Amino acid sequence: MEDAATTSRASWFQATARQRVEGLLDPNSFTEFLTPSERVQSPHLKLFDLPSAFDDGVVIGRGALDGKPVLVAAQEGQFMGGTFAEVSGAKLVGLLRAARDHNDLPQTVLLLLDSGGVRLQEANAGELAVAELMRAIVQARCAGVAVIALIGGRAGAFGGAGLTTATCSRVIISEQGRIGVSGPEVIETNKGVEEFDSQDKALVWSTDGGKSRRLIGGADAFAEDSMEGFGAAVKSLMAKAPAFNLETMQAEHERLAARQERFGACDDAVSMWRVLGIKEPEAIRDLDSKDLAGLANSIKEANHDAR
Amino acid sequence: MQTLKFSHTTKRRLSGKKQSAILGVVASGNLEVLLERVLADTACEVNITTPLRGYDETWKAVVAQFVEQSSPGGLLISINDGGARPDTVYLRLMQGSALMEAE
Repeated sequence: MEDAATTSRASWFQATARQRVEGLLDPNSFTEFLTPSERVQSPHLKLFDLPSAFDDGVVIGRGALDGKPVLVAAQEGQFMGGTFAEVSGAKLVGLLRAARDHNDLPQTVLLLLDSGGVRLQEANAGELAVAELMRAIVQARCAGVAVIALIGGRAGAFGGAGLTTATCSRVIISEQGRIGVSGPEVIETNKGVEEFDSQDKALVWSTDGGKSRRLIGGADAFAEDSMEGFGAAVKSLMAKAPAFNLETMQAEHERLAARQERFGACDDAVSMWRVLGIKEPEAIRDLDSKDLAGLANSIKEANHDAR
Repeated sequence: MQTLKFSHTTKRRLSGKKQSAILGVVASGNLEVLLERVLADTACEVNITTPLRGYDETWKAVVAQFVEQSSPGGLLISINDGGARPDTVYLRLMQGSALMEAE
């Protein structure tokens, strides 16, 4: 039975974690680790009278993309906001540690992030999971594993997911994707509406959204919001993940220092795009995926050897 | 949390060879349905976990209608509910049995 939600043209943003895995990978290539039938669920949610999920909102396994073997983890952003918790976090950490320790496993890991951060009901376990995941990613990269983040889900990549993104070898984002640490409401609550107006959607999306992240080099590829859009971006980056060594780290530090130097005086995304030399920065929000990807490829800041 | 369990004897075994399927998401107004072909040919068991109390009769009626309609013999069906409406529940169950019959 063909599922319209997993065809190559189907929306990534609208899809569930399982549909993304199926729509991204080669047909029938996916083998799941810890299947729903094993019922490895959250031991905590029932204490709060909340329903749990058979996979705790994370799908992990192995498969192939364009014939090349990959490990995959996908967060389900619709379940508890795709949050990091005891079980969901352990599944992510376990997958990265397996890639780190077993070079007979695929040495490319795709992280389909869709998360608001740590699950508040399991906050201690969730915070630990984020720390362990970041460490596992760095160790896996040291062992030669490429870790690629794919961001284009409803929950974006905030909190621990935003931090995790920053540790990956490569980052792919769509227009609907967002990367941040504190979400817009959190910033407004703590710093005031003058600092960041979370109700101003144009401001929020231009700041955290995929277009700006790609233009200023926070993401390495801009994908169209579809299974084939993300698939094409992975294919183009898979073979080109940078080695993780002292040179890469130094290049990343230089890149970030130069970015702060260049954009430090800007007070919104449009003014950063102007600094980048974009002639009509106000027109960026109306650009389609293809034009934006082309524009980003022509901008120096968006293309670098760091990460 | 409330747990409900319904056991039915079906007219026949559900066709197809697929051993398990999962669909839906535990989200507001939605639910997750796990179907596993592990029971005797004319047995069907539906286990539901829901945060909403007091809808026992509604669940009973929806499950009975689904069993009557699709004869899901052999299936153990487990549901994590996020507060789905009866029509959504019925739709997901029918989608699930169709998935199990597809292979």
